[in-house]
Amino acid sequence: MRKKIIEFRNVSFRYGDEGPWVLKNCSFEIYDNEWVAIIGHNGSGKSTIAKLLNGLLFPQEGEIIINGEVVNEESIWNIRKDVGMVFQNPDNQFVGATVQDDVAFGMENRGVPREEMQKRIVETLAAVGMQDYRLTEPHRLSGGQKQRVAIASVLAIAPKVLILDEATAMLDPSGRQEIMQTVASIQGREELSLITITHDLQEVAQADRVIVMNSGEIWKEQVPREIFSQKESLREIGLDVPFVAILADELKRAGVAISIEPLNHEELLEDLWTLHSRT
Amino acid sequence: MDITFENVTYIYQQNTPFAHKAINDLSFQIKSGSFVAIIGHTGSGKSTLIQHLNGLAIPTEGKVSIGGYHLTKEEKPKDMKELRSKVGVVFQYPEHQLFEETVAKDIAFGPQNFGVSEAEIKTRIKEITPAVGLDETLLERSPFDLSGGQMRRVAIAGVLAVKPDVLVLDEPTAGLDPRGQKEIMDMFYKLHQEQELTTILVTHSMEDALKYADHVLILNKGTKYMEGSPEEVFSQKEALQRVQLDVPEMVQFLNEFQEKFGTAITFKKQSIKELAEAIQQQIKGAEST
Amino acid sequence: MNNSLIIGQYVPGDSIVHKLDPRTKITIIFFFVFIVFFANNVAGYGLLTVFALTCMFTSKVPIRFIIKGLTPVWFLIVFTFILHLFVTKEGTVILDFWVFEFYSGGVIQGFAISIRFFLLILVTSLLTLTTTPIEITDAIEDMLHPLKRFKFPVHELALMMSISLRFIPTLMQETDKISKAQASRGVDFRTGPIKERIKAIVPLLVPLFVSAFKRAEELAMAMEARGYQGGEGRSKLRELKIEKRDVFVLILFILVVAGLVLARIYG
Repeated sequence: MRKKIIEFRNVSFRYGDEGPWVLKNCSFEIYDNEWVAIIGHNGSGKSTIAKLLNGLLFPQEGEIIINGEVVNEESIWNIRKDVGMVFQNPDNQFVGATVQDDVAFGMENRGVPREEMQKRIVETLAAVGMQDYRLTEPHRLSGGQKQRVAIASVLAIAPKVLILDEATAMLDPSGRQEIMQTVASIQGREELSLITITHDLQEVAQADRVIVMNSGEIWKEQVPREIFSQKESLREIGLDVPFVAILADELKRAGVAISIEPLNHEELLEDLWTLHSRT
Repeated sequence: MDITFENVTYIYQQNTPFAHKAINDLSFQIKSGSFVAIIGHTGSGKSTLIQHLNGLAIPTEGKVSIGGYHLTKEEKPKDMKELRSKVGVVFQYPEHQLFEETVAKDIAFGPQNFGVSEAEIKTRIKEITPAVGLDETLLERSPFDLSGGQMRRVAIAGVLAVKPDVLVLDEPTAGLDPRGQKEIMDMFYKLHQEQELTTILVTHSMEDALKYADHVLILNKGTKYMEGSPEEVFSQKEALQRVQLDVPEMVQFLNEFQEKFGTAITFKKQSIKELAEAIQQQIKGAEST
Repeated sequence: MNNSLIIGQYVPGDSIVHKLDPRTKITIIFFFVFIVFFANNVAGYGLLTVFALTCMFTSKVPIRFIIKGLTPVWFLIVFTFILHLFVTKEGTVILDFWVFEFYSGGVIQGFAISIRFFLLILVTSLLTLTTTPIEITDAIEDMLHPLKRFKFPVHELALMMSISLRFIPTLMQETDKISKAQASRGVDFRTGPIKERIKAIVPLLVPLFVSAFKRAEELAMAMEARGYQGGEGRSKLRELKIEKRDVFVLILFILVVAGLVLARIYG
């Protein structure tokens, strides 16, 4: 039986009492060990969801339940132990003077004893491949490395949910790849629900489920393959359709009987090969 | 304006223990009116290179020529301002340079510094605002009240209002969502063609380089690693991978296709539709035999 | 970028001076400042100079870094010396020149004050040359700890200091970036009349402030998300530990002080 970790019940949110609604009546659920990608154009409300999940903001309407607890002023400190977050700007979330100080920050806040901290620092830095940089200062790290440290510092408090809020948006392609690989390897190993927030459709192919946001509403909630098949509507809401999906479409149009909605090159080539050898 | 780099070397903090060679013996030429993409990793010398284009950096050795302006260690243009009015630079995250009370004032800031008359500035703002996709009602607003995407457009308008001959773009779409990225790049491409600009685009996106550039320059560790038309450069997958650079996704797919099917489809900047037809031919070819 | 210049003057090393607990170093310097004024004869000054120079040589910090650190104050040292030559009218006249009379007392006084100055600067710069800013912050937090009882925000102060230090390189980079962007828009920071140059600072300062505020806001949010609720109930990764070498150096310093007292009494 899958355990429900996060539940949004008819959540609406706006900044101030007069502002436009940033989220409108959103409901969804996220289970343990699940990888959910939330995508949408800038201003679609996807980052607001992240902040609500962590008690950095509170909804005006509706309820958010995390691990059985309703998010409110009293419960936030418990909830922040369960929900760790990595933000967009690598610089503006690095608190420590060195890598190990930064990883320690969250544990220090919870009064974790020193020996335990030292152990967790070694473990989590190894998990993100940053073990050789324990004493390095932040300005000597690349953006991708800083984000890996940020992931390690969240893992150090052993949360149930890890949220990456556009954590790759400010990175170059190699940094982006570093993070995606790190995330995939962590997801395989740790007991962790993962929420990745992005506007890059390429990054959602590995997720179990995708929530597509558009102007504050949940537009679609499907597996990646189904999402990829809706090219026209994705473009309409300002998202990019991956190359492989466009190619599959064009192939069909050219009279090639593609039988699947491919998620990546291998799947498409495999399908083409089957067609090819059948003839 | 033609741009020439002749054996340019640039050393940061020369004669200190922290001296660091950012560019090493770099030579290349950019023809007036071309659209050049410069690609390389963080630390490959890209940002140092573009700082030479408007005299923010002066070569430690060698010579940079931009039209009639020459930069060497010994000889600097007397009027650096004039050079800077001819070469507009849109830096990474240009919205960070906004500071005026209103959008209109911020756009006017550059032209004012370069001595453009107030009347002329007014006409230019009228022209540029719609061109960068900004609503005219925003002109009297504070730039700090706008969304990130709008602020980016204001900053770009501020550079364009100077009417440069050369436009240097340092990752102009970083941090935007896909629609924003496409709109901004299409806008630059349109300007490039309409105003016959020389455009230099620093980018990580192979897809953008392929789509917009007519010449590609690959930098690695401060030196020129490859140069040529996008078709030439991007078909050399091994060479690019040696410096950990990707190829455009279509090239990647063609390579995988060749591996699987044993037959090659040549890359010639075709559209996805043309590619699909070529694949269909291949498969049908097998059918007839 | 010129990051290497920004990280204070810290010169990495593993000498005994580097390894001393920062609290030991701060304590010694604190008392050194007082006893420098206690010396009143050649023996006393000699003792202090030997102590300071020993510290300098055992730290293995290259002499050029120390000289570089002293450059801005050379002028001050020489100036005090000359001032004393002219002002002090004690002892015998050793030189009579035009309307000026130079007394032996002036030379001695001037010399004494200059030595004091020199020693003070040398010892304090040794602290920053051999101790990372974060170690100094930790030491200050620890040493101010008793003030907590009087509601003095010791933890907050230390956190503020360490975050400021952490962001100095970031803000330097930002300054460099924005000044280049504005220079490209025709701002001239280097030439022109003073009034124009002051005006040119505005397009630099406004974006810097805007970005600093944005960073502060995001950082505060990130800290909150990571469970920061102030100093209560926090543990610390960094640990300050008094080792044998600290005790040894402190005893050595007490001996110097004792020697100084003896020199003053019997000198």
